Amino acid sequence: MWTWFYKLASPPYVYGVAAVLAPWLLGAAALAMGYGLIAGLAIAPPDYQQGQAFRMIYVHVPSALLSLTVYTVMAAASAVALIWRIKVGHAVSAASAPIGASFTILALVTGSLWGRPMWGTYWAWDPRLTSELILLFLYVGVMSLRLAFEEPSRGDRAAALLAIVGVVNVPIVHFSVVWWNSLHQGATIVKLGAPSMPGSMLWPLLSMWLGFMLFFAAVLCIRLQGEVLNRERQSTWVREAVKS
Amino acid sequence: MNVGAWEAMFLIVRRELCLSFRRPDQLLQPLVFFLIVTTLFPLGLSLQLSLLRDMAPGVLWVAALLSSLLSLDALFKSDADDGTLEQLALSGQGLTLIVVAKTFAHWLVTGVALILVSPVVGTALGIPGSAFATMMLSLSLGTLTLSWLGAIGAGLTVGLRRGNVLLSLIVLPLAMPLLIFGAGATDRAISGVSPTGALYFLAALCVFTCTLAPFAATTALRITLE
Repeated sequence: MWTWFYKLASPPYVYGVAAVLAPWLLGAAALAMGYGLIAGLAIAPPDYQQGQAFRMIYVHVPSALLSLTVYTVMAAASAVALIWRIKVGHAVSAASAPIGASFTILALVTGSLWGRPMWGTYWAWDPRLTSELILLFLYVGVMSLRLAFEEPSRGDRAAALLAIVGVVNVPIVHFSVVWWNSLHQGATIVKLGAPSMPGSMLWPLLSMWLGFMLFFAAVLCIRLQGEVLNRERQSTWVREAVKS
Repeated sequence: MNVGAWEAMFLIVRRELCLSFRRPDQLLQPLVFFLIVTTLFPLGLSLQLSLLRDMAPGVLWVAALLSSLLSLDALFKSDADDGTLEQLALSGQGLTLIVVAKTFAHWLVTGVALILVSPVVGTALGIPGSAFATMMLSLSLGTLTLSWLGAIGAGLTVGLRRGNVLLSLIVLPLAMPLLIFGAGATDRAISGVSPTGALYFLAALCVFTCTLAPFAATTALRITLE
């Protein structure tokens, strides 16, 4: 029953699976994001308070959610790699970090573009904004620690440990709006009871979120192939895979 | 020779204290740095005591953070360079125990000194005497937490030639909640509001790091040493 799971520890198997999955995931992501963008930017009605500017939510919220999801994926892969000494885990972690950092930057940039007309400022020293910025610094720290060692395997394990330690920031970002009286608005979708958003606005957002998740999975598969090839470049199967 | 765990910790702490008091310049440098940084802020911002008072907690905490970062680089480095750390690791005592003892000694040398100097700096920045108790309590909780966060960072960067900048890059993001609550507690005490909420948060952070960070720091050392 667990054989499919054990197989994921083998680099050539993972390389093959990633190569097969990547185009399908990319296609599905394009579908979900295509619907989300058209329905969100053109069909959904403007917000009664925020007008047209609320449409930034269709990029901002999924990228902010993904910045946390990718970090969690990276930390989980790091934990798997450290505990069971599975090398593919380090590859997944190394492949995820730049993607997560990009989502974090995207969330910060779209948020500040939205903040200019709504709050009257590009940046406010607000708990959620600040903790999202800390998340970006954590990504940068993990990425630079991995590169700082001359021995790649040592850098991998050091970065893995830092990624696991940094997980404490994930709940801080997520609950910052609840714990502190924040300028940032509270949860609209993920909460108990009905979402405070009509369906014509909600469905495109959910579709965008799904699209971002699929896009992350697709980019992860593509980056993971490169990561695995580079790490296993001494082995015979890579030479054969590159030749053919 | 068989040595119990407590005795081993005591011996290591004594050794660390002995070493740092024999090199008083290294003991004083972070402290002088702390004083210089807090002097720079009034010169750069404003010489008016009433304006300085509003910024005093933040200035104090940022200076404390930077000055303990400065000394963290040496936490494991000199012992790792001359092989003492390997000897300690092979001594039969758990590595975690050694890390706990060394970090505690580091706090005794740098953190306690900062706390003792803080009333002087506080007076210079216009913090009223009624807030000193809160300021010193928050600083003692904060510097202990910081020593632990720093132990993780120092363990991760111990084998690196230019690990100093990277150490700051790793530790400072993790230390930001500390800064928020520490400066918040002092700020509340200055304006006469009860600071207990922020102090409880600081104490919780302190307990959290004191229980989990030793294991993280030990794992970090194992990764970089072996």
